[in-house]
Amino acid sequence: MLQAADVPFEFSTPEQEQRYKDLAEQLRCLVCQNQSLADSHAELAQDLRNEVYRMLVQGQSDKEIIDFLVTRYGDFVLFKPPLKSGTALLWAGPFLMLIGAILIVFRLTRKNARLVSPELSNHDQQRLDTLLKPPADRKRI
Amino acid sequence: MIPELGHFALIMALCMALVQAVFPLAGAARGNVAWMSLARPAARVQLVFLLITFSALVHAFIVNDFSVAYVARNSNTMLPLIYRISAVWGAHEGSLLLWILILGLWTFAVTVFSHHLPEQFVARVLGVMGLVSIGFLLFILLTSNPFIRDAFPPPDGADLNPLLQDLGLVIHPPMLYTGYVGFSVAFGFAIAALLGGKLDMAWARWSRPWTVMAWVFLTLGIALGSWWAYYELGWGGWWFWDPVENASFMPWLTGTALIHSLAATEKRGVFKNWTVLLAICAFSLSLLGTFLVRSGVLTSVHAFANDPARGVFILALLGVVIGGSLALYAWRAPGTFISSSYGLFSREMFLLVNSTLLTVAMGAVLLGTIYPLIIETLGGKVSVGAPYFNSVFIPLMVPLVIVLGCGAWARWKSDAWDRQWQHLRFAVFGSLIIGVLLAAMLDGAGALRTALGVALASWIILSTGILFYTRTRSGPDLLTTLKTHPRSFYGMCLAHVGFAITIIGLVITSNYSTDLHKRMKPGARAELAGYTFELTDIHTITGPNYDATEAAIRVWRGAKIVTELHTQKRIYRVRDMPMTEAGIRPGLTRDLYVSLGEPLGNGEWSVRLYYKPFVRWLWLGALFMACGGVLAVTDRRYRQIRLQATDPQSVIVAGATAKP
Amino acid sequence: MNRYFIPLIVFIVLIAFFRIGLNYDPRLVPSPLIDKPVPVFTLPNLRDTATTMSSADLRGQAVLLNVWASWCVECRNEHPVLMEFSQNLKMPVYGLNYKDTREEAIQWLDHYGDPYVQSAFDQSGRVGIDFGVYGVPETFVLDRNGIIRYKHIGPITQKTMEDIILPLLNKLDHPAT
Repeated sequence: MLQAADVPFEFSTPEQEQRYKDLAEQLRCLVCQNQSLADSHAELAQDLRNEVYRMLVQGQSDKEIIDFLVTRYGDFVLFKPPLKSGTALLWAGPFLMLIGAILIVFRLTRKNARLVSPELSNHDQQRLDTLLKPPADRKRI
Repeated sequence: MIPELGHFALIMALCMALVQAVFPLAGAARGNVAWMSLARPAARVQLVFLLITFSALVHAFIVNDFSVAYVARNSNTMLPLIYRISAVWGAHEGSLLLWILILGLWTFAVTVFSHHLPEQFVARVLGVMGLVSIGFLLFILLTSNPFIRDAFPPPDGADLNPLLQDLGLVIHPPMLYTGYVGFSVAFGFAIAALLGGKLDMAWARWSRPWTVMAWVFLTLGIALGSWWAYYELGWGGWWFWDPVENASFMPWLTGTALIHSLAATEKRGVFKNWTVLLAICAFSLSLLGTFLVRSGVLTSVHAFANDPARGVFILALLGVVIGGSLALYAWRAPGTFISSSYGLFSREMFLLVNSTLLTVAMGAVLLGTIYPLIIETLGGKVSVGAPYFNSVFIPLMVPLVIVLGCGAWARWKSDAWDRQWQHLRFAVFGSLIIGVLLAAMLDGAGALRTALGVALASWIILSTGILFYTRTRSGPDLLTTLKTHPRSFYGMCLAHVGFAITIIGLVITSNYSTDLHKRMKPGARAELAGYTFELTDIHTITGPNYDATEAAIRVWRGAKIVTELHTQKRIYRVRDMPMTEAGIRPGLTRDLYVSLGEPLGNGEWSVRLYYKPFVRWLWLGALFMACGGVLAVTDRRYRQIRLQATDPQSVIVAGATAKP
Repeated sequence: MNRYFIPLIVFIVLIAFFRIGLNYDPRLVPSPLIDKPVPVFTLPNLRDTATTMSSADLRGQAVLLNVWASWCVECRNEHPVLMEFSQNLKMPVYGLNYKDTREEAIQWLDHYGDPYVQSAFDQSGRVGIDFGVYGVPETFVLDRNGIIRYKHIGPITQKTMEDIILPLLNKLDHPAT
């Protein structure tokens, strides 16, 4: 891995500096796997940091800068994957799991509540139901 | 000769593992007492062989035996002795050997602390652990043998990765592995109970101390890893949601769910199916982590060197161990979820919600971790990083914290809203006031998040405090009252407060850390967070196996000198690899952190300065959690079981399971 | 079939994905430039500072564009394959000399042999970014209209050349057949 020169950038405003930091944090370095541009020591990461900085100073928007990298390196550079058909399950997954879990807990609780409150067992309840039903219905059983 | 001895001992350990697995399991199935009684001696002899193997590898490292290929790849004559020893587990083969040694130690512990358990149950537990041991010993012997000799040994070794030449790495992996592998005991207990067809409160009571102990080690292991990354990687990050970190975090989340679910099963006999599934999952996720880290299916900062043959082997091992146990679960899990009833507003209910939320959180981490892999097999390419994990994980933690405060308070079986409200309203108002005040006082983008986080942490601390107060004021005098409560109660309080401390550290340091990247030459000054950093001197240093440039940075607060920090840029000679040694001034409310970058010409250097408020609280909280776990494990009721050879519950189980 | 089978089923699905996943190298990042026109560039010629090489030079015929550097160890491994390709098969290879020094690059070519029709000299690596270069060597297959059809990351072996690149070039040069 080549080492980068690691030159500090000068920013005109704190907002600009913050934007730069946010961008560098959410973009992935390609050479050194699984590090952000901000954290990477690789030379390519420094080159890309330079590009991000240059575009930022030129007044380009965050979206333009991100698009610049995505058209060249693909969605892989984004640590926050965009919501697309391929990532729908990724984003929906945790919420589906949560809803599923709530449903299961709810069902068990209702089952449990039936166990707790009525003094009658299921069998007794059925017998009671049959007895209380009008005779017309009873014949059909 | 000694490496061959180590290799031979490894083969003998495999033979012993076979004995430990086959005879006790068969004996338990057929009611053969003699076969069952082989479990303990076989496990102990296996440990002896594992110790011989491990010592042989340590010896090869100490005497610089570069004819052993693994030593030649990971050590060097100039490497200091302590790192030559820790280099044993610095790469794939040796770390697996450490893994199996720790499994041997846990198995040995089970042979020692299980005399109160029915013989058949112990035979099954040890048999299952023996099966796991067979799998991993075969894995080492067939794909990752550390004792393979090189026909043409190099004159000197290729050195240990400089990142790993650090005290943190000496202790972090053993601690982490002790946690991972510790869940094998809970796993063994779960499988033994399923095999015996007897999942009951006694099973939960026996599993609980083992599970908590494994959880303690895992907690410490993860905290150490985070701390190590913080000071060693040179940019002050402490959690990256990297696959390797997630691989340790998923068993932790499941283990946390498990110890809470076990509490309900032990006390009230509820959620047995759920608890046993969590026990299987905790260990399965440990194994899954091993696969993810060592097979090369995912990219990670700290993954091991990859070999597809190893990947296939671990996957097969995973399939057999996890697939087999889940199939057993599907087949033998008891039909009823609820054996005794509990109200909607009861401790059982809160514990169920808690373990469910933790499991969903684990599921979210799992999904994010393996999603790149799934997409890749479908022909795409995607990265899933910190922004994803933060946005799905943190929202799940908010309800968890709220439930935690109520759950610790609630009574078993059923409780009343108004009783809770009477006590907890102070905690509710207290934390709300703290939150609102913070939101009003703080400024910056993270003010609301910080206020919310600190309010939630206050909710935990206040509700725990009120619980503690009401429980302890009832008796005649404080000391006797304190003594009447079980240690597990104090353990719980301590662990919950630890969790709150970690939350506080997390929100404050995430939202209020500031940093500066500066071009500096000696004499230059920079201002950050009210401190003045002055680069006073830059000089060179010669280390045992590296050359370094060291910068001295004096930190001022107004006219007062706070500290002088030293940060180094090292070049390790053998691997020609640069490393940054950060200079850190730790403090309870803030860390000052500096790291030296590259020379920029004209005597100027690139220097990074960081101000990290409350970052220590992250690890302090973990330490509290671990101490809480230790307190709970040493509770009287677990110590007493050992003395009561005829625990009524265990007799019932023995009677029930002895039938053919 | 009951709900206790759910964990097992989830696990089996996971194992299937893991098994397939073992066949992939997670370090390879597919290029979004496939089936897109080659990025527009004009760079000085490596050997002759007075002339330039530009994206227009790559049109008219299916060609290889090989990203290389003298500091790149793996480039030496693929070098014989490229030599064979350009000398024996008389197929055009263009070079993109990436983040190198002129002297060292020319020396490297003089020492090992020069398979390239010409090499563009991308000292800053800025054009490399436009091509999405992240690890040298990388090789692009361009059709006669200058559309990128394929990208190979890492050194080209004899096998990739024969199995993938040559058939593809044949197809691109004779689209009718």
